[in-house]
Amino acid sequence: MYAQMVETGLKQVKSLDEMGAEERAFQQKIDAEIKIEAKNWMPDAYRKTLIRQISQHAHSEVVGMLPEGNWVTRAPTFKRKLQLMAKIQDEAGHGLYLYSAMETLGADRDEEIDKLHTGKAKYSSIFNYPTLNWADMGAVGWLVDGAAIVNQVVLQRTSYGPYSRAMIRICKEESFHQRQGYEILLHMMRHGNEAQKEMVQDAINRLWWPSLMMFGPSDADSPNSAQSMAWKIKRHTNDELRQRFIDQTVPQLELLGCTAPDPDLKWNEERGHYDFGEINWQEFYDVLKGYGPCNRERVEARRNAIEDGAWVREAAVAHANKKKQRSAA
Amino acid sequence: MSQWTLFEVFVRSKHGLNHKHVGSVHAADDQMAIENARDLYTRRNEGVSIWVVPSSAITATATDEKEPLFDPSDDKVYRHASFYELPDEVGHM
Repeated sequence: MYAQMVETGLKQVKSLDEMGAEERAFQQKIDAEIKIEAKNWMPDAYRKTLIRQISQHAHSEVVGMLPEGNWVTRAPTFKRKLQLMAKIQDEAGHGLYLYSAMETLGADRDEEIDKLHTGKAKYSSIFNYPTLNWADMGAVGWLVDGAAIVNQVVLQRTSYGPYSRAMIRICKEESFHQRQGYEILLHMMRHGNEAQKEMVQDAINRLWWPSLMMFGPSDADSPNSAQSMAWKIKRHTNDELRQRFIDQTVPQLELLGCTAPDPDLKWNEERGHYDFGEINWQEFYDVLKGYGPCNRERVEARRNAIEDGAWVREAAVAHANKKKQRSAA
Repeated sequence: MSQWTLFEVFVRSKHGLNHKHVGSVHAADDQMAIENARDLYTRRNEGVSIWVVPSSAITATATDEKEPLFDPSDDKVYRHASFYELPDEVGHM
């Protein structure tokens, strides 16, 4: 999931009887699957939670460009370089769709970006891992974008209209990302030499568990889920989505001829799902708190991008003002 | 970027269709708004024409006006073709 552990600021989900008239009408609309739009009345906590969730989602798209940017100059062929740049440009676009959706809630884009730079806002834990070899580009597209799609497909039905519409647009573009990633790996496994095949397995070994962590803590440790589900800004629990991702991914893993770094991963006939081993939650919380392998580097790269680009933004405003004055004269 | 103007973006997806609202962009001026909208909303052949309008130039109906504005059309079934029952001999009309 691109948004992990989004606080609602509420301890308990209210029943309809406990709500005032406005809030009850709001909740009944949500229960009836009617979208909430920017100008509609909404509880303050709903607005704040959405701003946190959408900004975190947007930050993830933007920071998500960095691990891939590492490989633009190192892509093995011109074709792969073009594909990678197209994918990175999409991530920038997805960030912008989401920041726009967030702004409809009255949030200021610069303020929210500043929160990212000062460590007050989070982004997905997955982007704090390094991309060490070319197969990582394949594994990121296949596993990371794959996990994001599982989450985003259900968010197309989220209760907030502008967020839902951004998700629909993003999902349309996202399947290219996953397919290009899987194709990179499949090509290496079918046409590569031994060293290249080992590279693929190495990438999967390193990115498998962090991809599963993208869905957030297990349901038992997810205190905000109940309220977010009642508001339908979350439509399935973390564990449900994680299971769905594993079930759809294992056959693809087998087709590659690779394995997952999980000795407990096996089909459970009775459940009709794959069983899997325990996630290292300590690692998840550490990365989220800022102690992952690349946290500092990622935030620094974003801060530099904004600071180093300041003169371009100022020049654009100066140019616009000059043109306006000339046409007025 | 928030100090730049917010523009609403409308894209005509094919010749002969209406422009449709697709989202918004920030830009320093109109020309940049068009360029940003091109990059953001038409990366895959989604459009043949783009309009950008400063968001502040749009006047919209308020949500609390929904009932007084739109309810009056609810009970005017005679405005729909299906209200008029004609014998089968008339054929398709």
